[in-house]
Amino acid sequence: MKNGMHFIRGLFLKDMPQNSSKNHSSNQQLDVTSHTPKSPRTKMVRSSDDNEKKNLVKKLKDIEISVPIVYGNIAFWLGKKASEYQSHKWTVYVRGATNEDLSVVVKRVVLQLHSSFNNPMRVVESPPFELSESGWGEFEIAITLHFHSDVSEKPLHLYHHLKLYPEDDSGSLSVKKPVVVESYDEVVFAEPSEGLFARVQNHPAVIVPRLPAGFSLPPVPAEDADKRKRIDPKDNPLTQWFTNFSEADELLKLAAARQQVQAQIARVRRQLSLIDGQHQQQLKPPSEL
Amino acid sequence: MDAKDILGLPKISLPIPQEKKSRPQKDSQRKPDGISREVYALTGGVAPLMPSIDVNQLKKRQQPENEKITWEWLSFTNSARKDDLKLYHWVRVVNGTPPSGDYSFAKYNKSVDVIKYTDEEYEKHLTDDSWTKEETDQLFDLCERFDLRFVVVADRFPSSRSVEELKNRYYSVSRAILIARAPSPADVSGHPLVKEPYNISQEIDRKRALSMVLSQTKQQERKDAEILSEAKKIMESRMAAKAAQDAELAVTSNTSPEGMEKTTAPVETASPSNVQATSGVAPLMSMADNAASAAASLRMLRVYLRTYALDQMVQAASSSAGLRTIKRVEQFLQELKVNLKPKVPTKAVCAEHLELRKEILTLLNLQKLLQNKEEGSSYREGSYTETPDTPKDRSFIPDSVSFGAISTERVGKRDQKRKGPGREAPSSPAQSNKRPRKLKATDS
Repeated sequence: MKNGMHFIRGLFLKDMPQNSSKNHSSNQQLDVTSHTPKSPRTKMVRSSDDNEKKNLVKKLKDIEISVPIVYGNIAFWLGKKASEYQSHKWTVYVRGATNEDLSVVVKRVVLQLHSSFNNPMRVVESPPFELSESGWGEFEIAITLHFHSDVSEKPLHLYHHLKLYPEDDSGSLSVKKPVVVESYDEVVFAEPSEGLFARVQNHPAVIVPRLPAGFSLPPVPAEDADKRKRIDPKDNPLTQWFTNFSEADELLKLAAARQQVQAQIARVRRQLSLIDGQHQQQLKPPSEL
Repeated sequence: MDAKDILGLPKISLPIPQEKKSRPQKDSQRKPDGISREVYALTGGVAPLMPSIDVNQLKKRQQPENEKITWEWLSFTNSARKDDLKLYHWVRVVNGTPPSGDYSFAKYNKSVDVIKYTDEEYEKHLTDDSWTKEETDQLFDLCERFDLRFVVVADRFPSSRSVEELKNRYYSVSRAILIARAPSPADVSGHPLVKEPYNISQEIDRKRALSMVLSQTKQQERKDAEILSEAKKIMESRMAAKAAQDAELAVTSNTSPEGMEKTTAPVETASPSNVQATSGVAPLMSMADNAASAAASLRMLRVYLRTYALDQMVQAASSSAGLRTIKRVEQFLQELKVNLKPKVPTKAVCAEHLELRKEILTLLNLQKLLQNKEEGSSYREGSYTETPDTPKDRSFIPDSVSFGAISTERVGKRDQKRKGPGREAPSSPAQSNKRPRKLKATDS
């Protein structure tokens, strides 16, 4: 169908009208109301708050906010009290990287345990987002983070392999020293809404970039102090075992590696240009072509 | 057998005459009654042990003997015929009374209801510029005679009209009459003629397109498939560019459809050149595009893990590299004592990691290039595509990533064509960087 093909080609040569930018409208629009207690909780509200809501919903392009988290498990061997089926007591958790309160963005955490557990699907509704159990086996736990509606509609999945036994095979199980396995990661929220940005910009758990100068955010009622008075994670007895993740070490190593590679690249380039110089001389007389 | 006889084993001698006896028995059994020998052999030469169909399941033949059946040669009439032709055939006569009823095939004499209009109606509703009343009448007459088989009607039509024209006239006349005769428009609005009128231009186009598809040669089919796949690629790159909404990306995506367009133009020439041209343009675009589409897809996600993002970007960056190259990059990283997956993936760390990977890729590509050149210089006719690399090499330092992509591509090709004919190069070092040369047999 030659005609058809030409038609298609013509389509691509002309610029198709752009309709992308403001299309992520309003699955978020309703839910902003949950954080501004003034506005009524109705769907199609055409009130004076409409403008304000629109501002809150507007997406901040090219801006991302990230929440560094650490997830993992701590396992204590029960020693004398250990039985065949309950040899360890372990806790799997998701925490802020600096032990901050994640409930600013996380609504609840769902953990899917091995099917041999009763009610393998466990839900933790409030911080600290952790779950303690006793058992004998290591398995993969599927952790799902559900966020507040103004943060994200979609949940995020993490996977953690529960570790009970220490790496070294000598297996010096000690009751006092637990096995700790943690993974650092950052949850990135791309193009957050203005409302969300305003809400979290001063929260220690969230890394918020600088807004371009002159940018003004709509006013949002500050997080109530009593909301913060939930269980302060710093009082958690497990805190002493948490690893401190620092990026400095890694950055240093990476910078050093890059320098090395760049030096090598420069060297190879010099060699290449040398050879090309030789080639140019060789090809000066017309060769057989 | 004689040996056994000699040894005096009398018992064994008995079966022999038995076999001889059984064989003639079998032979006589082999001649079955009723069916030929060959057919019987199909069953394996033995009668079936069990009947394959249960006889009780079969319908008993309904033949009560109180009826007398005879067959007679009688005449009959066919109501479907307009004349009174009387033909003869065999008839099953039961008890002396011949069967009654119409000829059994008369019911199949169906015909189409072709509308008949009066002259008045013609004057009122059906006059048309291109059709005279005569022609219309002829058309309808033919339609009735030939049961709306328009192809036949078109053949027999006195003045030459195309099938579509005839159909158009017929359907529009019928439609007009229907509407005119209907007591109210609502009554006929359900009628298919009224609901979906015949669209002559659409029909002409459709048939033309159909005939073109039918008459496509194999070559055209191939070309169409190529164009379709390129169109798909353009679509995808366009989607990525749109989602990203980056000015820079818009530029690259504009060049890529143009690049594709230019490469499809020489499709008319030999296909090997086509393959090389598209594959040449593709990797350059692919590097930038991959990064762009990876970034776009991440943005689409809204919520994602930094490690996931890093994986995507790493994949995008190394998409143009083969599996071996990727392994070598990882080896390099290990030699440098860098974790393959950073332990503390913050934004800065991930960015550095990605840059490091890209630089390692570049380094590996450069090393390969160097190796090839060193080997190439040992051949006297070392006039490969290496030389045009040099000016590009110098001018490309800021954009090491895409350069790496081009040279990987070319390096791959050169590896295949080690002993190929030399190409002259030095005359035009200042070539457009985005288009690698097509390796043609003859050169200017």
